[in-house]
Amino acid sequence: GLFCCQNYPLYIRSVPTENELKFHYTVHTSLDVVDEKISAMGKALVDQRELYLGLLYPTEDYKVYGYVTNSKVKFVMVVDSSNTALRDNEIRSMFRKLHNSYTDIMCNPFYNPGDRIHSRAFDTMVNSMMMQVC
Amino acid sequence: MEGVTLSEAEQRYYCDLFSYCDTESTKKVASNGRVLELFRAAQLPNDVVMQIMELCGATRLGYFGRSQFYIALKLVAVAQSGLPLRVESLNTVKDLPLPRFVVSKNEQESRHTALYSSDADNPASYSGVIPPPPPGRIQVKKGSVSHDAVQQRTSTDQQESTSPVVSPQQSPPTSPHTWRKHNRHPSGGNNERPLAGPGPFWAPFSEVQPGSSTSSDPIWSGHSPPPHQENWVSFADTPPTSALLAMHPASVQDQTTVRTVASATTANEIRRQSSSYDDPWKITDEQRQYYVNQFKTIQPDLNGFIPGSAAKEFFTKSKLPILELSHIWELSDFDKDGALTLDEFCAAFHLVVARKNGYDLPEKLPESLMPKLIDLEDSTEVGEQTGEVGYSGSPAEAPPSKSPSMPSLNQTWPELNQSSEQWETFSERSSSSQTLTQFDSNIAPADPDTAIVHPVPIRMTPSKIHMQEMELKRTGSDHANPTSPLLVKPSDLPEENKISSSVKFTAGNTVNGYSSSDSYTSDAEQIGNAVTRQRSHSGTSPDNTAPPPPPPRPHASHSRSSSLDMNRSFSVTPGQQQAGVVAYPPAVPPRPQPSQGTGPHVHRSVDADGLIAHTSTSPQQIPEQPNFADFSQFEAFAVSGVNKEEEDEIETHSEVLQVEKPSDSASSLRVAKADGRVEDKAPANVPSSAGKGTTPLAPPPKPIRRRLKSEDELRPEAEEHTQKTGVIAAVLASQPSIPRSVGKDKKAIQASIRRNKETNTVLARLNSELQQQLKDVLEERISLEVQLEQLRPFSHL
Repeated sequence: GLFCCQNYPLYIRSVPTENELKFHYTVHTSLDVVDEKISAMGKALVDQRELYLGLLYPTEDYKVYGYVTNSKVKFVMVVDSSNTALRDNEIRSMFRKLHNSYTDIMCNPFYNPGDRIHSRAFDTMVNSMMMQVC
Repeated sequence: MEGVTLSEAEQRYYCDLFSYCDTESTKKVASNGRVLELFRAAQLPNDVVMQIMELCGATRLGYFGRSQFYIALKLVAVAQSGLPLRVESLNTVKDLPLPRFVVSKNEQESRHTALYSSDADNPASYSGVIPPPPPGRIQVKKGSVSHDAVQQRTSTDQQESTSPVVSPQQSPPTSPHTWRKHNRHPSGGNNERPLAGPGPFWAPFSEVQPGSSTSSDPIWSGHSPPPHQENWVSFADTPPTSALLAMHPASVQDQTTVRTVASATTANEIRRQSSSYDDPWKITDEQRQYYVNQFKTIQPDLNGFIPGSAAKEFFTKSKLPILELSHIWELSDFDKDGALTLDEFCAAFHLVVARKNGYDLPEKLPESLMPKLIDLEDSTEVGEQTGEVGYSGSPAEAPPSKSPSMPSLNQTWPELNQSSEQWETFSERSSSSQTLTQFDSNIAPADPDTAIVHPVPIRMTPSKIHMQEMELKRTGSDHANPTSPLLVKPSDLPEENKISSSVKFTAGNTVNGYSSSDSYTSDAEQIGNAVTRQRSHSGTSPDNTAPPPPPPRPHASHSRSSSLDMNRSFSVTPGQQQAGVVAYPPAVPPRPQPSQGTGPHVHRSVDADGLIAHTSTSPQQIPEQPNFADFSQFEAFAVSGVNKEEEDEIETHSEVLQVEKPSDSASSLRVAKADGRVEDKAPANVPSSAGKGTTPLAPPPKPIRRRLKSEDELRPEAEEHTQKTGVIAAVLASQPSIPRSVGKDKKAIQASIRRNKETNTVLARLNSELQQQLKDVLEERISLEVQLEQLRPFSHL
């Protein structure tokens, strides 16, 4: 999931289509955790390492990772807990890729910040990423 | 001519045909478009069709009245019967078969026209759209041209008068619209004809000649300006179009002609398009010319960028949905910098045209549309002119032109394989791999004691800033460098080289620091060396500079590093792009020595010789190294790290490296870029023969020093350059030794040739690397700007 600064979703994608609504709910609730972490940060943080919020919320079924950009665009990723192969570095790299793709989208003059993201390239990238994980 | 007598069957047939052609239902004038289509369907040669039109008086009148139409049809029948076209034949030939028109064509044309009309409310109005841009221009160019006051014209004139009003607003989109209509129906046949047609027809189009003229040529020339701009793309294949144009002497008539011709030329264009769609995405010359002209209207400098906002406006006029435009942008903005270069713009425009013609947008940018076309255009003829234009940019334009070249660099790797110039390919690839290897080195520095990894990231940032400085420096000094033989990016490379040359001196040391990438960095160094060398020697010494020794070493390093580094670098590259790690790539391992390796290809080709040369030069270099020690002002860790990296990579020259290490470690100062350069040159000059040695020594120590300095100023590019210069310097140093060791003219010549080749390769690689760095920097800047913009309102958060 990808959310704008006002916390409305710009992009949500999940691989297993079942329980999609549950994932949506999880992602939305995780936004609260993200906001909490952001407010806890205090000063403006430019370092990318701090953009990565890390494991937000481990539940019994899955883990939620968060990542925020300097423009308060939040990336939230929900992964299955059974997928233990995912390490923190991998999550970081995935967020990095997401951020890069998002930047590319922003470069497109036809894209208005705040719109839903319809970019096919972005979709492709996200799908490939999710395929890697699953 | 008016006295044509028609048999009953002919009368009926002609009447039907006239009705068919009378798309405007004027009952008086046969639409020129339809008539053209009809004539084309008659499968007569173009000149015959022209002749027919002349004879029937349409040329004179400028339109096809009923009588003219009938005469024309009769003449068509005559021509199809193989009889010479004469006015007398109209009435004298008896039992003339009815003119035959290929039904399929007619159907196609009717379909086209139907679609045509469906697409636009009124085909006439639509064609009116087509004229606007050209007429807009034409009218600016020439005043209203007197033309026969044909009453039929008035209607068209009125339409034309409206179209010019429309044109200013729609000038760009109209052409896409036009093309869309025209290109919607690629027809299989007559591809050759349309293509052949425009040739002779457009030839006469030299200047605008208003007024009717007895000959068709002047008329055509009168029409040339309008069609040139827009209708070239649309009408390139339509000989009848030009013929029709001939019928409208005035510029205003041009519009009319364009309008009517538009419908008629639909089939022609379609045919042409179909011919060009052997590769569906290939841009024909006419199209490219048109794109270039459109580009000029937005951005007069062909090497500059079109900012995203301007491009957005431009393409929004094409009335495609925003979503599709967004997708087109994604495809065409190759370097993701938010701006369109000429190549990107042409690709985007072509995609818009294709989309309007009903072609679905591809998921990935087709190969023929990739910006690399510019680079590859040297080998291909398509867009060569534009490519040259793109390349003719001044050094100031290096950065913008670099973007197309950079994407091309990245994307041309597969294409490079196809390029005839292997070394170019290789150098480009090597430079990219250097980039990657650079990352690797950063990630896993072979040298533990070198804080290379850390400094690298830090360097990236400042280096970027300094890149500009470097470039400025470079621009000043460039032109002296004969870097022409470099790779595909002719203008970019030389410019980059220039930059690199200046940067090399400054960043040489820093580059050395990065030299994790084995083979390539050495090449970069060599490039740097070569460039620096050239600069020092006013570009006279390239012959001697090609250091034979480097080839073998870099080659060895290739095997080692290429397999590992490239793998790692590739994986790392995406992640590190933000950090501007790209800057690293150019930072060839400062290995001053032969690793300069004019390039892997050079090495390969010259391996045998190179090895010999290297061995011969290595000992030479060793004595030179003390010079490094004298002037190199490395920080111990940086130097050692650099050296170590180099050592690992350069097997054959390990000894030399070791020697260098001590020398490097000895120097811990940072040398001012200029000073360092001078100093480096000085010692280098001493050991090596005049014209060679200056750079070899200088670059290696400089890269190392520079690396340290990177934090201050030198950008990764600078570092790379310095590394390269170091490499080149090393190469240069080796060169002197070679002749001495060999002691034969022939060998010396061969060695010099090798050196030159190596130098060229190195320079080319350096250029590509620099361009890559620049691109990365631009990307980062854009992303940062975006973030900054978004952050501003959020400062309160």
